[in-house]
Amino acid sequence: MGSLFRSEEVCLAQLFLQSASAYSCISELGERGLLEFRDLNPKVSPFQRRFVGEVRRCEEMEKTFTFLQQELRAAGRLPAPCPESPRAPAAREALRVQEQSEQLAQELREVSRSRSSLRDRLRDLRQHLHVLREGQRFTSLPVGPGREPILDPSLHHHLDRKINFVAGVIHPWRVTAFERLLWRACRGYLVASFVEMPEPMEDPATGESITWVIFLISYWGEQIGQKIRKISNCFHCQVYGYPESEASRTEAITRLHGQIQELSVTLEETEKYLAEVLDKVAQVLPTWRVQVQKMKAIYLVLNQCSFDVTKKCLIAEVWCPVRDLTQVQDALRQGSVSGSCFVQRVPTTESPPTLIRTNKFTAGFQSIVDAYGVASYQEVNPAPYAIITFPFIFAIMFGDVGHGLLMFLFALWMVLYEDSPRLRQGTNEIWLTFFEGRYLILLMGAFSIYTGFIYNECFSKATAIFPSAWSVATMANHSSWSSAYLATHPSLTLDPNVTGVFQGPYPFGIDPIWSLATNHLNFLNSFKMKMSVVLGIVHMGFGVMLGVFNHVHFQQRHRLVLEFLPEMIFLLALFGYLVFLIFYKWIKFSAADSRVAPSILIHFIDMFLFTSNAENLPLYPGQVPVQMVLVVLALASVPVLLLGTPLYQWCRQRGLTVGAHDFAEIFMHQAIHTIEYCLGCVSNTASYLRLWALSLAHAQLSEVLWSMVMRNGFVGLSYVGGVVLVPVFAAFAVLTVAILLVMEGLSAFLHALRLHWVEFQNKFYVGAGYKLCPFAFAPDTWE
Amino acid sequence: MTAHSFALPLVLCSAFWGLVGIAAPWFVPKGPNRGVIITMLVTTAVCCYLFWLIAILAQANPLFGPQLKNETIWGGRFLWE
Repeated sequence: MGSLFRSEEVCLAQLFLQSASAYSCISELGERGLLEFRDLNPKVSPFQRRFVGEVRRCEEMEKTFTFLQQELRAAGRLPAPCPESPRAPAAREALRVQEQSEQLAQELREVSRSRSSLRDRLRDLRQHLHVLREGQRFTSLPVGPGREPILDPSLHHHLDRKINFVAGVIHPWRVTAFERLLWRACRGYLVASFVEMPEPMEDPATGESITWVIFLISYWGEQIGQKIRKISNCFHCQVYGYPESEASRTEAITRLHGQIQELSVTLEETEKYLAEVLDKVAQVLPTWRVQVQKMKAIYLVLNQCSFDVTKKCLIAEVWCPVRDLTQVQDALRQGSVSGSCFVQRVPTTESPPTLIRTNKFTAGFQSIVDAYGVASYQEVNPAPYAIITFPFIFAIMFGDVGHGLLMFLFALWMVLYEDSPRLRQGTNEIWLTFFEGRYLILLMGAFSIYTGFIYNECFSKATAIFPSAWSVATMANHSSWSSAYLATHPSLTLDPNVTGVFQGPYPFGIDPIWSLATNHLNFLNSFKMKMSVVLGIVHMGFGVMLGVFNHVHFQQRHRLVLEFLPEMIFLLALFGYLVFLIFYKWIKFSAADSRVAPSILIHFIDMFLFTSNAENLPLYPGQVPVQMVLVVLALASVPVLLLGTPLYQWCRQRGLTVGAHDFAEIFMHQAIHTIEYCLGCVSNTASYLRLWALSLAHAQLSEVLWSMVMRNGFVGLSYVGGVVLVPVFAAFAVLTVAILLVMEGLSAFLHALRLHWVEFQNKFYVGAGYKLCPFAFAPDTWE
Repeated sequence: MTAHSFALPLVLCSAFWGLVGIAAPWFVPKGPNRGVIITMLVTTAVCCYLFWLIAILAQANPLFGPQLKNETIWGGRFLWE
């Protein structure tokens, strides 16, 4: 099994890199992602490191790339992700990339600037045109009766008062305030008219499209004119010149038309050029970004190496899996020009990082083990067993064929379509969590179907795959249950003592008659509690046995006798005996002794207290002495566990000077371990009763959902009943998924996790390691 | 309603899970995942067999019977059997 059983052998190595080929060697190693580099300059600040200049250059390039990216996004384009992964560029190529990117950024800035200025000018011209055109309407309007005419000054030039115009554009929200102020300031000496612009135009400040209002004020008197201009200034109006004569106005309009035409053509050309530049940028930007990212990563790694002045080479200290040493040598040979770089293994007393290689199936299970604690270097990994025990323990708490089937199908869909980009590139975190655990959910669903069959529950209904073993007819005949008798007795019990009523155990699972019984919880509770205790003790015993592999691997065989043996004796003598009692009672006691059947619980308590209860018959002859022996055995193993290993270690090191507090520490550690183990055995066994509790909760919830929701859909047998059934089923389905699948599923998942992390791993797992994080170029996820 | 033997399911189930847990590991093809697959087969066999065994043993010698409502008894007696 190699890798999944325990972590791989990892060694400390030194790389000797010639200065000239250091960059390409690290690039080669980064492409393969094998080694973890250690920082040999931890006390040096980032600004004083060797390659800080190169790193800064990379960061400048990244700034330029950010600007280009923003421009692309503003223009509404998204650069495609880089299809294949380009290698990190050499120094000359990096220079070229830098120059080109800066040049493109400069061009882009200039073109954008000229485009915006052209746009402003065009808008100005168009506003002027509109003002002239709309003003034309007022000045050439026929004078209606009762309306204050806006006099055309050319007709009334003989008047000594000269009429002037102020024309401009104002924001629509300011019109009323403007009018009011004008009226108050220059009452009677002006005529103002407002009209909306026929088409909306862009507001230069905010960029949104507004329908401006054109105003034309005719006034006489120079001071009035100044006042009006000051007021228009205050209101941020754009004022345009309004020629007095009709002819000059038409001429201005034609002139403006021409100017607008020219400007539009120029603007179009500019936009085309801008699009070309953006195209070029979109083409090269993804590749550049990946290249510069890799370059920066390489320089950051090179900053961690130390420079040996005498040999003029860089020395890097790495954690390397022993299996990959030849590959590393290969990579160095490829990266260096003259094959002058090499790797050398160095011995170390430090604990290496843990490396456990996983594939897409085992990765999910390894991650739930790692979530609690990464395995210490080369200790036994609980993951390969958790692949099955975790879904199984989940399924004990979740057992229902229907729910398990739904879960299984959901996971199957995810697994079959796991390569589709739509599933892989989802951004929703919760979806990604479910997707990462698709194999886990698949197994959980499969085992839930199995336990559902054993519990005989399918959406809370029992199925009679085999006919039930309990015969109602026989009991009815034996006790003469006539219809009249039944009418007066609301509930009656079948008695297995009567021959023919009980005809053998149901071959696969729980008998379906129990789902019809009102006392079904009496039976199920007893069954599930005993099942939880049995499975819990088996699980914990398995955990203790896994510790053997650790003792053997780390050359601590004394612990086999001084720790493993007392632990096993304690567990088996007390709780293994409990399992025996459970099985013995199931086999030996039947309905004939149901009145005097002994209580295992009372016997177990009496065993510890060395008392006996007269009403509680023994299960087998000689039970009391046997139990006494077992308790004594278990109690005797406690001091062995407590003192065995420390004394052994003390004896072995008697010649050497071992400080008193060292021994005290070992002794303290062992005392804690002993107390934790012995008390833990009791409390953890009880903790496994959550298997019973959660499966009871699940069963009750689904029964409630059925009887209170779905059953109401079956009230009518008519066509109307058929229609009513549809919304009732919809409600049932939604509640099933939301409460029973999601909520109960998460709950059972959590409890199964807890049982593994605490009750199971407590017995052998240390989990104090750290993961090997190899230097590799991560895929570009920068948005 | 019908008699069920105890021995037959015991033999059949033990044989089935014995096949899965003891015989099948010999036929797993060699490859990097051989160890994981064997561990999975054995663990599955042990877990599932133990669970089934507990279920059937708990019902082998029942100390009390089901308490049924009178309607259920009537239905079971006169309609079912």
